[in-house]
Amino acid sequence: METPLIHKRRIFEYLKQGKRFDGRAFDEYRKIEIKTGISANAEGSASVKFGDTEVYAGVKMSVVTPYSDGPEEGTLTVSMELGPMASKDYEMGAPTIEAIEMGRIIDRGIRESKFIQFDKLCIKAGEKVWSVFVDIYAVNDAGNMMDAAALAALVALANAKIPVYNEKEGKAEHEHTKDSLPLNKEMMAFNMTLYKIDGAIIADPTKEEESLGEYRLSVAMAPNKGEPLITSMQKGREEPITSEEMTRILNMLNNLFKELYPKILKELW
Amino acid sequence: MTTKKENNVESAYTKRSDGRAFDELRDIEIKVGITPGADGSASYQSGKTIARAAVFGPRTLHPQHMQNPQKGILRVNYDMMSFSVPDRKKPGPNRRSQEISKVIQWALEPCVDLDSFPNTVVDVFISIPQADAGTRVAGINAAAIALAHAGVPMREMASAVAVGKMDRTLVVDVDKEEEDYETGEGATDIPICILSRSKTISLLQLDGKIRPEELERVIEMAKKCTDEIYKKQAKALKDAVKEKI
Repeated sequence: METPLIHKRRIFEYLKQGKRFDGRAFDEYRKIEIKTGISANAEGSASVKFGDTEVYAGVKMSVVTPYSDGPEEGTLTVSMELGPMASKDYEMGAPTIEAIEMGRIIDRGIRESKFIQFDKLCIKAGEKVWSVFVDIYAVNDAGNMMDAAALAALVALANAKIPVYNEKEGKAEHEHTKDSLPLNKEMMAFNMTLYKIDGAIIADPTKEEESLGEYRLSVAMAPNKGEPLITSMQKGREEPITSEEMTRILNMLNNLFKELYPKILKELW
Repeated sequence: MTTKKENNVESAYTKRSDGRAFDELRDIEIKVGITPGADGSASYQSGKTIARAAVFGPRTLHPQHMQNPQKGILRVNYDMMSFSVPDRKKPGPNRRSQEISKVIQWALEPCVDLDSFPNTVVDVFISIPQADAGTRVAGINAAAIALAHAGVPMREMASAVAVGKMDRTLVVDVDKEEEDYETGEGATDIPICILSRSKTISLLQLDGKIRPEELERVIEMAKKCTDEIYKKQAKALKDAVKEKI
């Protein structure tokens, strides 16, 4: 649903005065709520809310034959569902490019950071490894589903427990061990997406603000023991980024990360 | 593990297997007009990576509900030929190719001026017959030439390169071997597209590990490369037009 022109104009005017409709600062996130273990049959699960935006993520694991280019490594598959329940803009059917891109950005943030130690997911070299599926479902999209979904995926992985392995039958049982996934906590990357609207660059947009974004830049950052590392980046939409904006963006991201990451960690480990 | 100090940082990556300098592009070969049935076409080869682009349009857009009454739209389809990679890639679109198609469209969109062509589409088909990393940036470079060759009004040219980081060493125009590098901090792949006039960034992706401070240098290196690539793109177009005359 197209944001009405009158709303667009208002948002532009407000932004020029340094204001947002809901009174937040440009670099302020809405209230973040994290719940874990929201689905008993999942190996790990989480629900995350950024204000009214809500998303569920669940981890399922099974025993598979490894890929030929990684005979001693577990596998990871991440999918994102943007279904009609979450927004009037979403329809039933095959994933749209929006859902595909979102899923892939989240996948890269997890995979490239080496958050999951895939070599420790090997059961029998060349024959059996654990496959990890992370499926994320939008429940209510009130803007910035991207960051909420990425966080939900991380939290679900963080509290997942490895299923019992039935060696005789070569498959996983429906029971859980007490073992967590082999994770590199220092490389858990928090995804932050910034949107450029006119001369302003804002974080955690509402649905209306999102629709006005000329470009968006999603950046995942991990603490890396005090020397933060960027593990994935994706620029989206048509407007190109200027050098001056890049500098502003990087400053904003560094500050956001310093402020938000400790808060999130408190809810997790 | 031998390391070398580059910019005062120790890194395990001390030389490139093809002997290139860290800031050296692979050999570039450009051909224009390779698909006679298209309105514009070009191929862009960087080392062993070959990308072909064919442009059709502006033409009427079907389905009608996708038409924009204010200006024409750009539609990009990126596809890898099944034999382009060592492990056969199943023919047809997949999520990766859909995402790449989209980011390439976003990269090229600011270059074209379709305000005079409402309700139309300019279709860009990018096809990869041989892949050795850097296919999406080669695709952008080919497509930009093909768009100009097709006579689509253009505000500026798009030139793209994949900058990389091998352990702590920054390099340009990553090849497949480098993409798979695992020592130290491993390989970080950063495809970037820079527009010729405004020098703005129309494509920026990253996977791997990089410090925020290192990004400035990455963009600097990308600008130098894309300046060089732009010169080659412009020359190829000029030569193609001269031939016609």
